[in-house]
Amino acid sequence: MIRSFASRTGQMLLVIFGISVLVFAIFFATPGADPTARIAGRGASPQVVARIRAEYGFDRPLPAQYATMMQKLFVSRDLTSFVNHGQRVVPEVLQAAPVTLSLVLWAAFFWVSGSLVFGIAAAVLRDSWVDRLLMVLGLIGLSMPVFWLGEVVNLVTQSRWHDTFLFRWVPPLGYVPFSQSPWGWAKALFLPSLTLAVCFIGLYARVLRSELLTAMGEDSIRTARAKGAGPVRVWLWHGLRLSWLSYVSLFGLDFAQLLGGGALLTEVVFAMPGVGRLTYQALATLDLPLIMATVMYAAVFVVIANALVDGLYALLDPRIREGRHGR
Amino acid sequence: MDAEVLLKLHHLHLELPNGTALLEDVSLSVRRGDALGVVGESGSGKSLTAMSVMGLLPGLKASGAIRFEGCELLGMKDREWRRLRGAGMAMIFQDPMTAFLPVRSIGAQIDEQIRLHERLSRREARARTVALLGRMGVPDPEAAAKRYPHQLSGGLRQRAMIAMALSCGPALLIADEPTTALDVTVQAQILTLLCEIRDSGAGVMLITHDMGVVAQTCTHVAVVYSGLVVEQGPVAAVMARPLHPYTQALLEAIPPLDGPRPDALPTIPGRPPAPDARPEGCVFAPRCRFVRPDCAVRPALREPEEGRRVACVLYDA
Ligand SMILES: Nc1ncnc2c1ncn2[C@@H]1O[C@H](COP(=O)(O)OP(=O)(O)OP(=O)(O)O)[C@@H](O)[C@H]1O
Ligand code: SF4
Ligand SMILES: [Mg+2]
Repeated sequence: MIRSFASRTGQMLLVIFGISVLVFAIFFATPGADPTARIAGRGASPQVVARIRAEYGFDRPLPAQYATMMQKLFVSRDLTSFVNHGQRVVPEVLQAAPVTLSLVLWAAFFWVSGSLVFGIAAAVLRDSWVDRLLMVLGLIGLSMPVFWLGEVVNLVTQSRWHDTFLFRWVPPLGYVPFSQSPWGWAKALFLPSLTLAVCFIGLYARVLRSELLTAMGEDSIRTARAKGAGPVRVWLWHGLRLSWLSYVSLFGLDFAQLLGGGALLTEVVFAMPGVGRLTYQALATLDLPLIMATVMYAAVFVVIANALVDGLYALLDPRIREGRHGR
Repeated sequence: MDAEVLLKLHHLHLELPNGTALLEDVSLSVRRGDALGVVGESGSGKSLTAMSVMGLLPGLKASGAIRFEGCELLGMKDREWRRLRGAGMAMIFQDPMTAFLPVRSIGAQIDEQIRLHERLSRREARARTVALLGRMGVPDPEAAAKRYPHQLSGGLRQRAMIAMALSCGPALLIADEPTTALDVTVQAQILTLLCEIRDSGAGVMLITHDMGVVAQTCTHVAVVYSGLVVEQGPVAAVMARPLHPYTQALLEAIPPLDGPRPDALPTIPGRPPAPDARPEGCVFAPRCRFVRPDCAVRPALREPEEGRRVACVLYDA
């Protein structure tokens, strides 16, 4: 148990190391481009450029440059953005993280409950008009661009019908920290997270429906019915039990990439100061240190989430648990 | 005699929504303490017969009669049928690996069946589960109950499956090729177990394509061909003097009792007709040695001798 945990952690560190090298190579070791000028930003004075060159050691060999960069990111955490007047990058990312986490948690809640309801309903009523309607709705949700949907939601709730009783409660765009007002936090996050969840509801409902229908053809489901189990029990207890493996792995990946900044468009549209919007700003201003920091932050999240999903897998399926002990 | 009849299928007919008849005319009966072997080639409708008795074929249209303990099952509400399934009648499937849910322990799955039918606490249910597993000859039943299906050997899994089927004391046990997935020694043990169950007073319906297994385990036999029962009678009599030409052909090459079991019935030249291409007259006519002009009218199942029934013109007096 301890050994498998240790080997798992080692693997994770190795992956994070690999990603950091890759990201570093792309941004700082691309031949023919001087990273100093790019860090300094457009129109920086020669003094600033010289200072940056010395600080990051761009006159030294690449491994030393990499080490300096990592030291600045993870140890001293004083990587600064020059585009943005000496703003420290790491605290900025850490400040943005709770916003993204709140948004994504709410969205996950909506898309899991929504897709469970729609997926199960469509599977149970397969080939009926309800099934067809739900699947078409799912396809529409799946194919609606989130920034467009967000703009429409904003248009409707912020200006067009804001003064009707339906949307009077909608707060102005932006984020309210939980510590400041839990109720305000929930209100501020409701529409953005629902918007973000829409396409996932569509996708997950479709996945769950097909997985459930495959599972219902299994021998063990026939056994459950032969035991005298009723339809509710057969579908929810036995059927779901067999079909949520791929659902869970899909969920882990999506959840992680959203936490890592994948909710960029939603955050921008709803003016949420999260990691995604930070990445967006960094890209818009070509703020290299900030890009480096957000990408590394995202990588760490994806790796951790993957490990958690693997753990959940083992919890859900004893056969996988065994395989890991054997290794 | 009719009083002790546990299960009686009377002209059971099963068709697809498009009208293709999968089962043409299945009539058979099982009495308490009897074991009825149902034999026939692959695709003859043995499993369909069993599943219709359990009411597990919701998409198909069944007609005729299925009488179980004096009640008509066809047309019964699913709720009532559900109360019978697992309690009044139970089923054992061919492959115990896939028949159990792979993600829950054996014990939990047996407990579940007990608690579906009886108001028992978890602990009481588990106590019964362990006792049942022990009775089925599972070593260290308490630990075995905590194991997952893939952690047990095929034989132990099938014993657990039988324990689950017996957990609510069913009057009828249906076993659909319970030994096909097992090796020979384990097969013999499982068959012995079925004999014990029969001796304890339950009715057993054993589906197999192995006449040797029937000879070893059953008291009666029903021969199914292309969705029809063509012969039924006591095993000893049928084995000694098969009436129907199809049964005769089957028996011509019984595999040795203690050799390896064949995977399929000994071959008879030709193939059984597909459900949508059955001949108008006797379904066996294309392969029959004794075919004659009056076979063009389908012979009914008759009782030419006491306790023996056969559907063939040769016995129409
Ligand atoms: N749901 C269904 N829809 C259409 N055809 C079916 C269905 N279930 C079974 N059949 C067909 O009915 C016939 C009888 O099937 P059944 O499973 O009862 O055969 P069997 O006697 O049990 O054979 P085996 O020895 O291979 O198990 C087969 O030809 C099969 O293809
Ligand atoms: S009815 Fe005719 S064809 Fe059919 S089995 Fe009897 S003799 Fe053969
Ligand atoms: Mg079968």
